[in-house]
Amino acid sequence: MTILIDNKSYTVKAGKNLLEACLTLGLDLPYFCWHPAMGSVGACRQCAVKVFKDENDTKGRLVMSCMETVTEGLRLSIEDKTAKAFREQVIEWLMTNHPHDCPVCDEGGACHLQDMTVMTGHDYRRYNFKKRTYTNQYLGPLINHEMNRCIQCYRCVRYYRDYAGGDDLNVFAAHNHVYFGREKDGVLQSPFSGNLSEVCPTGVFTDKTLKEHYTRKWDLTMAPSVCNHCSVGCNTIAAERYGELRCMLNRYNGDVNGYFLCDRGRFGYEFVNSENRIKQALIRNRTNEAATEDEIMEHLQPLISVNKLVGIGSPRASLESNFALMQLVGKENFYQGISEDEAHLNRLVVEMLFSGCVHSASLKDIEQADAVLVMGEDIWNTAPMLALAVRQAVVKTAASQASQEIKIPVWLDSAIKELTQEEKGFLATLTVTTSPVDDIATHSWHAAPDDLARLGFAIASYLQPGKINNTNFSEELLNRAKTIGDALKKAKNPVVITGISCYNDNVIKAAFDVAVALSTSDRKTGFCCVMTECNSMGLAMMEAPSFSVANENIKTNGHATAVILENDIYKHVTSNLADEFFNSCDHVIALDALHNATTEKAQVLLPAATFADGDGTLVNNEGRAQRFFQVIPNTTSQVQESWRWLRKLQSLKLHTLNGHALHPDDLLREMEIALPQFKDIASVSLKHDFTIHGEKIPRAPHRYSGRTAILANKNVSEPKPFNDEDSPLSFTMEGYKGTPPSGVVPFFWSPGWNSVQSVNKYQDETNGALRGGNPGLLLFKEKIDNKDLFFNDVPESFVAAKDRWLLLPKLDALGSGELSSYSAALKTLSPQPFAIMSPGSLLALEAKEGDMLQIMDAGIVYGSLPVKADENLCDGVVLVTAGLRESIGMSWGARVQIGK
Amino acid sequence: MFSHIRTIWLTFLHLFKRHVTIQYPEEKIKLRPRWRGRIVLTKDPDGGERCVGCYLCAVACPVDCIALQATEDENGRRYPEFFRINFSRCIFCGYCEDACPTYAIQLIPDFEMAEYNRQNLVFEKEDLLINSQGKYPGYNFYKVAGMNAGVKEKGEGENEDAPVDIHSLMP
Amino acid sequence: MQHVWIVLGVLFVLLNIAAGLIWVERRMLAMWQDRLGPNRAGPLGILIVLADTLKLFFKEDWIPPFADKWVFIVAPAVVVGSVLMSFVIIPFTPQIIVSDLNVGILFFLAMSSLGVYSIVLGGWASNNKYSLLGAMRGASQMIAYEVFMGLSLMGVVMLTGSFKLGDIVNAQKDMWFVVKQPLGLILFFIAGIAETHRLPFDIPEAESELVAGYHSEYSGMKFGMFFIGEYLGITLISAVTVAMFFGGWLGWSFLPPWAWFFLKTFVFILFFILLRASLPRPRYDQLMETGWKILLPLALANLMITGAVALLVRG
Repeated sequence: MTILIDNKSYTVKAGKNLLEACLTLGLDLPYFCWHPAMGSVGACRQCAVKVFKDENDTKGRLVMSCMETVTEGLRLSIEDKTAKAFREQVIEWLMTNHPHDCPVCDEGGACHLQDMTVMTGHDYRRYNFKKRTYTNQYLGPLINHEMNRCIQCYRCVRYYRDYAGGDDLNVFAAHNHVYFGREKDGVLQSPFSGNLSEVCPTGVFTDKTLKEHYTRKWDLTMAPSVCNHCSVGCNTIAAERYGELRCMLNRYNGDVNGYFLCDRGRFGYEFVNSENRIKQALIRNRTNEAATEDEIMEHLQPLISVNKLVGIGSPRASLESNFALMQLVGKENFYQGISEDEAHLNRLVVEMLFSGCVHSASLKDIEQADAVLVMGEDIWNTAPMLALAVRQAVVKTAASQASQEIKIPVWLDSAIKELTQEEKGFLATLTVTTSPVDDIATHSWHAAPDDLARLGFAIASYLQPGKINNTNFSEELLNRAKTIGDALKKAKNPVVITGISCYNDNVIKAAFDVAVALSTSDRKTGFCCVMTECNSMGLAMMEAPSFSVANENIKTNGHATAVILENDIYKHVTSNLADEFFNSCDHVIALDALHNATTEKAQVLLPAATFADGDGTLVNNEGRAQRFFQVIPNTTSQVQESWRWLRKLQSLKLHTLNGHALHPDDLLREMEIALPQFKDIASVSLKHDFTIHGEKIPRAPHRYSGRTAILANKNVSEPKPFNDEDSPLSFTMEGYKGTPPSGVVPFFWSPGWNSVQSVNKYQDETNGALRGGNPGLLLFKEKIDNKDLFFNDVPESFVAAKDRWLLLPKLDALGSGELSSYSAALKTLSPQPFAIMSPGSLLALEAKEGDMLQIMDAGIVYGSLPVKADENLCDGVVLVTAGLRESIGMSWGARVQIGK
Repeated sequence: MFSHIRTIWLTFLHLFKRHVTIQYPEEKIKLRPRWRGRIVLTKDPDGGERCVGCYLCAVACPVDCIALQATEDENGRRYPEFFRINFSRCIFCGYCEDACPTYAIQLIPDFEMAEYNRQNLVFEKEDLLINSQGKYPGYNFYKVAGMNAGVKEKGEGENEDAPVDIHSLMP
Repeated sequence: MQHVWIVLGVLFVLLNIAAGLIWVERRMLAMWQDRLGPNRAGPLGILIVLADTLKLFFKEDWIPPFADKWVFIVAPAVVVGSVLMSFVIIPFTPQIIVSDLNVGILFFLAMSSLGVYSIVLGGWASNNKYSLLGAMRGASQMIAYEVFMGLSLMGVVMLTGSFKLGDIVNAQKDMWFVVKQPLGLILFFIAGIAETHRLPFDIPEAESELVAGYHSEYSGMKFGMFFIGEYLGITLISAVTVAMFFGGWLGWSFLPPWAWFFLKTFVFILFFILLRASLPRPRYDQLMETGWKILLPLALANLMITGAVALLVRG
């Protein structure tokens, strides 16, 4: 479509509103209440433009550009005098009550209100009356509240309530006293509350953890990163100042996390600065345990070259690190550092996705799905962003249906809301117990994993009769299957979500069967399986045996040195198994970033880099390989990426001098050859020597301050800036000033757009892909005609045993996460460990809610936990909190004994 | 040609003019209050640190010689945890003073800062902070800023209404 | 024996004058610019001479590794040598003259032409583009101004009928040649400034364009030699001007002849400094143009007219 803006003709996409069209064209037009993810409500009156009837119309009329659809030949003017004056006046009104506190406001320097004020040209206060004030509320340890700064754009409640489904933030009072907050002081309940700091165009809601060590955006050294607190792999921006990680910001990726992050991802960064960090290499059992790198190498030389090595990989270490370990110890001695059960499930998922029978669904696919089936996984707690995507799918399905019916554009938010009311798209949640996602579900059912699997197989059988041999399903189950199956059949883009937290392969197989049965030529079906850690998929794809196999081998063969890569074995397997392993090892070399039970066992401990002080690649549950980049320059400490340590050990072993520099892309290139399943993995990111016109991409904004004073207290002569040889990014503010390639965007900034809203300058179109394509390399390709893989093993129905309980993990959206649990703010929100049982089970145990229960398995006693009752949980199952800081490895999926 | 000769002649006549040189260490020039010399951090009328750690001086500094870290006390009042100026880089342009929204950073007419050791030109907050309001007496930022940082309650600042009663529906 | 004393005496006095000019020039420049100049070391700052000399002695005597070592060392010696040789023919008094050669003026012209070798060799040996540019400019400037320098003096020679400086001074007993040869004086003095490459004709150095021209790479006493050479050059041109146009040692009898000579010379030295204080440097092409297109024809015209008048008067 062609429209004329200020008498210049532009081509724009149909169906958009004028504001989106203008922003997509790169024109500057101020706005507040509009948000690309939330649509338009036309409340702030800021985006006014003039629209003319035809070429003879000189008068025109003012319209809110966000409320007007693009039409062929439309004439509008942004520069029109009246429109400009109007916009300036609107800002002037908004500013009448805005307090005089930008210097102490955390938004300052990245503030949409500041940007828009400058953009409209308002610069002089004419209003001489008193300013309105508000009292603030305590909103928990994550978000700070300063209500005086509010400009009443309603974005916060629209995000919190409508988009994220929270219900404890609302708007109160009336007319010019409108107040955004909670009913009374208290912690915001939604695990997506952190996004308020980016959604709020001014400083009402700000990141409270950043406040602890506040730094302005222009002073942050930033690098593109990937969240490592769950398997979804949201894109983030890690920000550093004075050698400390300061905050995490959302990094838009149209295929993954869009505009938002969950609180675990946003606030889980603090573990990098925690006191528990390993910063010093240690050789244990000697007087002075601290060791220099040379001492370490000297000490390890005999251990490495003489002894047999056993490598224990990690689902939270990068591909490079795992591969470097595999190279060091040899492929036959490399093991996944996870339990056999989990490894088995992971293998199954890899097999399914490799078969190409199903399309591996991205978050974007899930958001756009018109029917969602969740099987067995508590996605709200194991992968919060997935739950947010499912919510969008459900809401948007209703919205797009409504908009098709009466021709209202989808972005016309309030009209659509009015029309749809409580109407929702189809979502079926079949889980072990209740989850907040159930609130928006059309159909939810809670049962033991085997029963969930049976329902899954029944649905598959209903969708494609004859494929499942066993049809011994109960009437009730068949009815359920029919309801769900019918709804799924109607959908054009259904998605099936499952996960491994049931520790039951039948659940995953059933979900897969449903997805395969749904995949027809006219229906694009997505399949998504949640895994435990950020690189579980990458590790599983390396096809190594599990830790249990490693233990067996070392027990039979004996005499080995174990090299343990970023893995707390005690969190993955039961303590007796781990103890057994460590007792049979001659030596233990551990690499990790945080002290834990495993690093205690190590005779040699090497400080490994976290995502913030190293480079690496992670594969998320979709099979998307994504590169994260170092953001903390490492000049003095011994901390380095595990792969670098391991490569140094390897050169020690092979007696080669490692003279040449090693880059992550070199490792990935070796990996392509050694492991053909990682085809093209080296192209996941740009080569380390990539430059644009000979310039690297600067990590720091051009107004980065204090360069000649930061280190002046140590030495007045400034040192050379830290040189990054591993990536196309540099650690200074000098370098290429244009828009960098999409995978290496260190921060979003554009002239006049200092806030995160500048992301629109980096996109092809609003809500679209980043310019140059969304980053990430997909490792699984759907093979359209291949529908060979199908599972037929329908399990027997679950029967509660009298003295044995099925042990399953209960994760927590904020508290769970091996690394994020070391973040101070999240720790305060994390629950204490507890167990959940059904009232029936409690009755059988003669226990009541709050009693301390002992969980025992094959003679191991896991310690006492308080028990909670849950009516929705079926009898015979016990859920125990997992992933918390205090949590230990348990035999998930096993039948355990419970004593009082 | 004539102009050359005239130039030579006029220059020659300067032989009989008074010299303008001031014999510096013995004679001293009178410095105006706005002379831009050494940088100090001032205090507000109540004796509190004026600096709120907003980083505007640091970003305005063309030679990037100011580094600081903001922190907060228990009342939420911002102050710099450290404040460092590398005077060996400072060009005394006064941009930091212009940028300062709280009149905290001020340039005073003291320029005699020569040191034998360059390291001694790195000034920390203890070296910069003076017990005076400097050129702008009577100003306390927190009295006019909207927030409550232990200096005044919400609504008690200059030009502020009492906090809104959000339960009221009165017009 | 007396000759030896004269030689030593002249050498001693000249070198002291050259050194003293360090102080004189700075003080005078300062005065003309309403400043004070060096006034800290010794009474009126006179010990700056000592301080500056000591400084030059103790500076690192650096020979760049890329330079042509021997030529680099020889070059500064040439300038001092050639200028000092010129002083051989200067009659300070009727008695104090090293050697009153009968080709006196020609000897002076020959020696001062040799001075250019120092610039060319120094610039060449430095192996530095700025030095070389300076040297080239120096050479062409010398050639341009050398020519009419000689011609401008020929008027005086014509009137005297001798190249001997003693005879020339004696010929001015009644009237200084400045009256008969004003144009000759002006031309000679301009050529003299160019010859010593003093401001405003310091094109070979031109610090705003060429760092320091031909002596960019020089430091320590080698630089000091160029420095001394320049001051000796000033003194030489002033002395020759006095001898040729202002009656040399002649003067009223309340002062001895040598005092008259030095007084007159000193006035011209001050004039050199005044020029430095007041005039800007011309562009290189303007300098060459003035030399070849204006001053040379003027010198020839002066010669012709003087010749014609001399013929008429005798005739």
